[in-house]
Amino acid sequence: MRIAVPVFPGSNCDHDAYHALKHVVGVDTAFVWHKRSSLEGFDAVVIPGGFTYGDYLRCGAMAKLSPVMDAVRRFAEGGGPVIGICNGFQILLESGLLPGAMMVNESLRFVCEYVHLRAETGRTPFTGGIAPGTVLKIPVAHYQGNYFADDATLAALEERRQVVFRYCDPSGDPTAGSNPNGSARNIAGICNERGNVLGMMPHPERCSEEELGSADGRRLFDSMVAWLKEKGK
Amino acid sequence: MKAKIYVTLKKGVLDPQGRAILSSLSHLGIAGVEDVRVGKYMEVRLKDAAPDDARRLLDDACRRLLANTVIEEYRIEIE
Repeated sequence: MRIAVPVFPGSNCDHDAYHALKHVVGVDTAFVWHKRSSLEGFDAVVIPGGFTYGDYLRCGAMAKLSPVMDAVRRFAEGGGPVIGICNGFQILLESGLLPGAMMVNESLRFVCEYVHLRAETGRTPFTGGIAPGTVLKIPVAHYQGNYFADDATLAALEERRQVVFRYCDPSGDPTAGSNPNGSARNIAGICNERGNVLGMMPHPERCSEEELGSADGRRLFDSMVAWLKEKGK
Repeated sequence: MKAKIYVTLKKGVLDPQGRAILSSLSHLGIAGVEDVRVGKYMEVRLKDAAPDDARRLLDDACRRLLANTVIEEYRIEIE
């Protein structure tokens, strides 16, 4: 089993993701420079957060054109598990691998804090080990995490069970006060229709060890490993 | 030849920046402003071409990169 962490100019959570996967979860992990156009030999892709290309034009708008994203698209079309975290989520939205777009936070402030998330579905490779309704404590750190999609898209996301995480209070209630950025329907993470591509603003790689304040993030990576093992990887 | 491209938020998409600017204008005592929407303006210089061809090229550029049509719309002016 081998996990790819694509690295773009301006990625800055790549080492956190690598550390969580390689040293905490203990799976073979390798950085993949964005100029590479193949993901041959990899079984899952973790697109890390950061400020690719300095967020020029729009967050993720430049990174979507990197050769590695063609490989990610093919990998996703083949059913391979892909998770985009924070800027990684923005890149997936810009690439059209996930629907919707990110706006500036409603508060116009960069938010950097622990938030609570309610897991909505275990149907993705990253949430198979997390019962729906479970409340996770995971940090966010972003200026543009205000998820937007038109009403028809939002309705379709709900109907097809593509909302994977919602911002909520500690008891699991998705209140307005627990929404850190103004996201539509408190959406913190969504998947594609098939369920193999997940995008989320919160950072599971930053909280995979108790000494960092929470180990809840590790549950996503453990789920991914269990999913891959089941597939014989 | 030159072209101007205006990228603006679609109607119905909330603009937190525009709203903050509106409130700052009112703090400054600049009255009478009812709404502010923030967008992007780009100047593009391109090889001389028939206006229709230039427009087609820029339209493609806008759809594929310069605008995110989930939230934005664009207008092209060719000089």
